[in-house]
Amino acid sequence: MNQVPDQNGRFGEFGGRFVPETLMNALLELEAAYHQYTQDPTFIEELNYLLKQYSGRQTPLYYAERLSSHLGGAKVYLKREDLNHTGAHKINNTIAQALLAKRMGKTKVIAETGAGQHGVATATVAALLGLECKVFMGEEDTKRQQLNVFRMKLLGSEVISVTSGSKTLKDAGNEALRYWVSNVQDTFYILGSVVGPHPYPMMVRDFQRVIGDEARAQILEAEGRLPDAIVAAVGGGSNAMGIFYPFVQDESVRLIGVEAAGRGVNTEFHAATMTKGSKGVFQGSMSYLLQDEYGQVIEAHSISAGLDYPGVGPEHSYLKDTGRAEYVPIRDDEALEALQLLCRTEGIIPALESAHAIAQVVKVAPTMGKDEIIVVSLSGRGDKDVESIMKYLGGSADANESH
Amino acid sequence: MQTNRIDQSFEKLRAAGETALIPFLTIGDPDIPTSIQIIKELEAAGAHMVELGVPYSDPLADGPVIQRASSRALKHRITILDCIHVAREAREQGVNLPFILFTYYNPVLQLGLERFFELLAENDISGIIIPDLPVEEDHHVRELAVKTNIHLIPLVAPTSQDRIERIVRNAGGFIYCVSSLGVTGERSSFHEGIESFIQSVKAASNLPVAVGFGISSNEQFRMFSQMCDGVVVGSAIVRKIEDELPNLGSPSTRNAAFLHIQDFVRQLKA
Repeated sequence: MNQVPDQNGRFGEFGGRFVPETLMNALLELEAAYHQYTQDPTFIEELNYLLKQYSGRQTPLYYAERLSSHLGGAKVYLKREDLNHTGAHKINNTIAQALLAKRMGKTKVIAETGAGQHGVATATVAALLGLECKVFMGEEDTKRQQLNVFRMKLLGSEVISVTSGSKTLKDAGNEALRYWVSNVQDTFYILGSVVGPHPYPMMVRDFQRVIGDEARAQILEAEGRLPDAIVAAVGGGSNAMGIFYPFVQDESVRLIGVEAAGRGVNTEFHAATMTKGSKGVFQGSMSYLLQDEYGQVIEAHSISAGLDYPGVGPEHSYLKDTGRAEYVPIRDDEALEALQLLCRTEGIIPALESAHAIAQVVKVAPTMGKDEIIVVSLSGRGDKDVESIMKYLGGSADANESH
Repeated sequence: MQTNRIDQSFEKLRAAGETALIPFLTIGDPDIPTSIQIIKELEAAGAHMVELGVPYSDPLADGPVIQRASSRALKHRITILDCIHVAREAREQGVNLPFILFTYYNPVLQLGLERFFELLAENDISGIIIPDLPVEEDHHVRELAVKTNIHLIPLVAPTSQDRIERIVRNAGGFIYCVSSLGVTGERSSFHEGIESFIQSVKAASNLPVAVGFGISSNEQFRMFSQMCDGVVVGSAIVRKIEDELPNLGSPSTRNAAFLHIQDFVRQLKA
């Protein structure tokens, strides 16, 4: 496969920079700074230091023996991104972007957030590096995720409740972009996923590839060979892109992205961008998109606020169309079931996002041989979701109910 | 390049020493027949061309006023096709103004570029503004625009700097200068150095230069008239329409509401 993206930020026909002219010079400056500092040994050293000493990397690649034997097929390994500081993979990217902001002389940062994980990760590094931080969050999500709103405030950030549109993640993204247009001269936008205009999809991928780089070395050490499949949840797609990317050239490794099917892909309530979407331009790039025939963006639905997004990163669209990766939908109920299974077999409460990946493993592992290997990106821990899980399960966590 | 209604209008204005007043409205806010009547009022008030705004679900370049107008229009599923047809309908009802379609890129893309330009030509639309299509991405659109003699009007921002030359090189119709950093919406102050910014755009292009984003008063209109060939007024008019919605909705006050809108636009350039 060719190196992507090209100099215009294109992954095949996907990607690009579809933004107001006011932002173009800022994106070009960001791209130049990205190329400059990611070659700079002191930047790399500082980044690696913080990833290790502050966030706790490397994260373990854990052999989930009881889950594997319960499923009766492939050996399942969990890449434990949930063990990062702040409880998810998001901080890999926010540390790197905040360091870049400092190098570029910006003192203010902004971020969009859905469930609040990226917002918390941004607020955290803003505190660490002494940056002034505003986080845009849909009003609906501020209600659903009150604890994360409080966390961000505790960390010294301002949380701006977004009341436009559907009042969820996509609108938080729109509002962050609008704010950036107005304050582009002193503000750095820390975008949380492999979406948006070039260079973000490339940059966030490269800052998240540490997940896949570590997992690759770890599985080679543990098993002496590459895995047969990698499974990761895809909302915008940053943890999936991070773990997929170092394996893209290894054609024997199946790459499986799991998107949220909500109440089902044949209902109106899903976030299955790859399964049900079509090509379009949204929030700065060309990719698959949930939209109507006239190009109006359709609201997404998922039990998981982190997957509740009508777009997807352009490189995922490219991997789909080239056939290198496959994308499958998982419903809310399947994710909840898988979440409980992981709790009981391994003593790990996964985030609802990651539970979608586990649910796909539940489907695919039994069809594979006992000598085959799956690596799953366990992108985040479930503490943030416990309250909503309790609500969905009707306050019951009785072992007999779910099986 | 051939000329079209936009060029002819600017030629007349130049001869008369006047500045173009270019109002914007969101089509379908609150409904199509009202939009068509408002276009007539704009012409009666002395507007020189009109921007027909296509409502969009995710209007990145717009502030709250136009966002609200878009939501109102989208509630009854106004499409880009409806907006294009409004031009024809208004023309048939006697409107002579040149029409400029203001739309985000995705609705254009879903229609298909070829079909989009065919429809623009058929419906007598002379120019397009696509706020999320920078020069790096506009190659195919520009080719078709030239082929169909429809002007692709570019936006130039105070942050464009050394990009200005590249942006204006292949432009048609006029150059649209963004008055300040930020989204659409009324404001009391503009970008520092706005005057030298406009001067640098004028130096780079022979086309007429218009300014927009945030202009809402007669005072501001006059100030910018000194500097450039056209002034776009968007949010202020959309807000006026919003204020008049209750009156537009009732048969007994509907005509008065149209006159209020007309008066508002007339006093802008008084």
